[in-house]
Amino acid sequence: MFAYIIRRVLYAVPILIGVNVLTFALFFVVNSPDDMARMHLGTKHVKQEAIDKWKQARGYDKPLFYNPGARGLEKFTDTIFFDKSARLFAFDFGKADDGRSISYDIRQRMLPSLAIAIPVFVVGILVNITFALLLAFFRATYLDVWGVILCVILMSISSLFYIIGGQYLISKLMHLVPISGYDSGLSSVKFLILPVLIGIVSGIGSGTRWYRTIFLEEIGKDYVRTARAKGLSELAVLFRHVLRNALIPILTGAVVVIPLLFMGSLLTESFFGIPGLGSYTIDAIQNQDFAIVRAMVFLGSVLYILGLLLTDISYTIADPRIRLS
Amino acid sequence: MSVNAHRRAWYLRPLLLVAVMLVLLNGLPPLFGVRAAYLVTDKLIFLLLTMVIFFVAWLRTRPDQLGPWIEVFRNHRAMASAVVLLCYVAVGLLDSIHFREPLPAVDGKPVQYSVRETSLFDVLMTPFRTRTEKSYSAPMARYALSKEIRYLPDGTSRREYPRLRHAGIGVNDAHDLLIDIGWRTAWGMLAGIIVLMALVLPLLVAGARRSGMRVAGLWREIMAARTTLPWRTALMTALVLFVGIGILVSLGMNYHVLGTDKVGNDVFYLATKSIRTGLVIGTLTTLVMLPFAILLGIAAGYFRGWVDDVIQYLYTTLNSIPGVLLIAAAILSIQVYISNHQASFATASAQADLRLLALCVILGITSWTGLCRLLRGETLKLREHDYITAALSFGVRPFRILRQHVLPNVMHIVLIVIVLDFSGLVLAEAVLSYVGVGVDPSTVSWGNMINNARFEMGREPMVWWTLVAAFVFMFMLVLAANLFADAVRDAFDPRLRDGSR
Repeated sequence: MFAYIIRRVLYAVPILIGVNVLTFALFFVVNSPDDMARMHLGTKHVKQEAIDKWKQARGYDKPLFYNPGARGLEKFTDTIFFDKSARLFAFDFGKADDGRSISYDIRQRMLPSLAIAIPVFVVGILVNITFALLLAFFRATYLDVWGVILCVILMSISSLFYIIGGQYLISKLMHLVPISGYDSGLSSVKFLILPVLIGIVSGIGSGTRWYRTIFLEEIGKDYVRTARAKGLSELAVLFRHVLRNALIPILTGAVVVIPLLFMGSLLTESFFGIPGLGSYTIDAIQNQDFAIVRAMVFLGSVLYILGLLLTDISYTIADPRIRLS
Repeated sequence: MSVNAHRRAWYLRPLLLVAVMLVLLNGLPPLFGVRAAYLVTDKLIFLLLTMVIFFVAWLRTRPDQLGPWIEVFRNHRAMASAVVLLCYVAVGLLDSIHFREPLPAVDGKPVQYSVRETSLFDVLMTPFRTRTEKSYSAPMARYALSKEIRYLPDGTSRREYPRLRHAGIGVNDAHDLLIDIGWRTAWGMLAGIIVLMALVLPLLVAGARRSGMRVAGLWREIMAARTTLPWRTALMTALVLFVGIGILVSLGMNYHVLGTDKVGNDVFYLATKSIRTGLVIGTLTTLVMLPFAILLGIAAGYFRGWVDDVIQYLYTTLNSIPGVLLIAAAILSIQVYISNHQASFATASAQADLRLLALCVILGITSWTGLCRLLRGETLKLREHDYITAALSFGVRPFRILRQHVLPNVMHIVLIVIVLDFSGLVLAEAVLSYVGVGVDPSTVSWGNMINNARFEMGREPMVWWTLVAAFVFMFMLVLAANLFADAVRDAFDPRLRDGSR
């Protein structure tokens, strides 16, 4: 087990290098730092000095990979690649365009993101399992058929509509909670209810449908027939046997997203004005702050790989027959 | 023998069709004094259309391949969805035939053409496109949404709601309004039914001739739902659609049925114009990703070893970057490229078009991994089959085995993933446009409509119609695509479920 984890972590290294090189290529090779400077300063009537100054202020004035002007190891370390990309491996994200430390901001904004993402994740799974069980219990009846159609309808609605519609209905018409904003501590609850609710509702369609197929697959197996043959009631079969076994694929499938919960939700956070990592990312994209976008790309990749690792481990815990090799 | 002869020449008819299409598309515009000017995405769309035409023609010669398709269309929901999708596609295609209109002639100079591309759809929608107002107006309203100062002849001024320039002409009071709306609704319904009849009748005659029935007999069969495929469902869906469109268009000639937006554009025109953007993103993305996914997926599964390792590494790396961020990074780079190479684009729409294409390519790059993984898994299973071993022992070359034995047996997965991905891509466009990394701000799309209208809900009085129109048009397309995709998945592979992706 331990050896396996070590091996997987080592396997993650080339992937992270790949991610790093790819983002570096996207940001620095496709467009030279000069292009970026011109984009920020405006395309016309910009003097070369202004561009040079912009580049120097952000450390973009060095060579890309190899600095012949430097001495010894600095030939490689005193370059944009080392400065901007290689440092990410040490989680040293550097400074944003406005001079703030990215690492500090990320630490500050992690909590509000999690305050929304965790309830949505946990309650969402519970709600979806409940609905899926209901449909599975009434399988092949009209309730099931129309339930599935309703799921497809819910899936077809844009997530933007859920947010805008929810804000309008609950906050503007019914005045139940504030439209947007955030507060620290317990008083943040009133700001969090609506985004959490919307996050859960918008996931019901696809989640319920997916879990329903998992339940139905489980119901078709032999041990369920055996349980029925013993004379167990359908409810007992469903809760005592099917639910337990179906939880394995459901939970192991959900594990992969747990680390990514840190990244927050782009849309929800920006609509509700919650100072989490999602709105941080969106603001960075809209302000074209490349340093933050690069940092978030790297962070996201690390968390995704962590998710894959956790998935593999959770498989072995949930099902001892699976050996990691 | 005759079957073989038929098979050998199956491509002649679609070839002729495509040739006629090409001549019409490039030859027709000069007839009207305009100049054909196709954008890059237009050309790709017609390439895709050509591929679909050939596929359908090929399918007709292969009864063995036809089975699942009949299964798909026997599903009532899928049939109704197909009709809706067909309407959307028709609008999208009309909106992909672009040309430049001649400018007013100056004596002694050769004719100059406008720098803006107009599409055939724009021409059809001329009354909706040109009747712009000053600013917001509610659906069916005759007055603008906000008050304006009007100077009266006696020197005083008054703040009042100004009349709209192009809505409710000849309607003076509520009584007039009711009568006008009533008549226009009736005319719209009638026109919708007549147009539908004109479309269906030739098909009905052709169908009757083919099956050796009389037209009336075939009609009765359809209406009694005794046909193999649920044609009645298709007809009813088409009826609802056409009557709806008829009413909207007929009312739209004298009103703004869905209101106007901030700069006074008709929202109905914007919402229908967005259809093309949605379809382009949903289809061209697939066109971009297919070669990668199929080639790499099959190669990884078949050759295994280091090939497999490299390809797996490739897609794990791409997969591990959060999709939105990869798209954002790429679009930001493209934006820098475009803003620095502005001279190389002929028109503003060519520039916007490049960004649309870039978005499709990037979405393709982020979305091929799912299909690639599925194909790899399936090929791993397939290569253990006896017929592959047999082919190998006959000394068949690997490429030939892949083409002849593996590819046909994984095509159903490709098809299912294409239709399943479509709706997600349409929805993604809206989100990406909101984030600011979607299509160009000058491109008309549902995402841009929503993005521009996001602060209008907070206005007093509230402006809801732009948002609702964009959401409803998008919802209908996505719902139809989802229902159709479900039927395709059930027919081609009941075992491949969401969970395995």
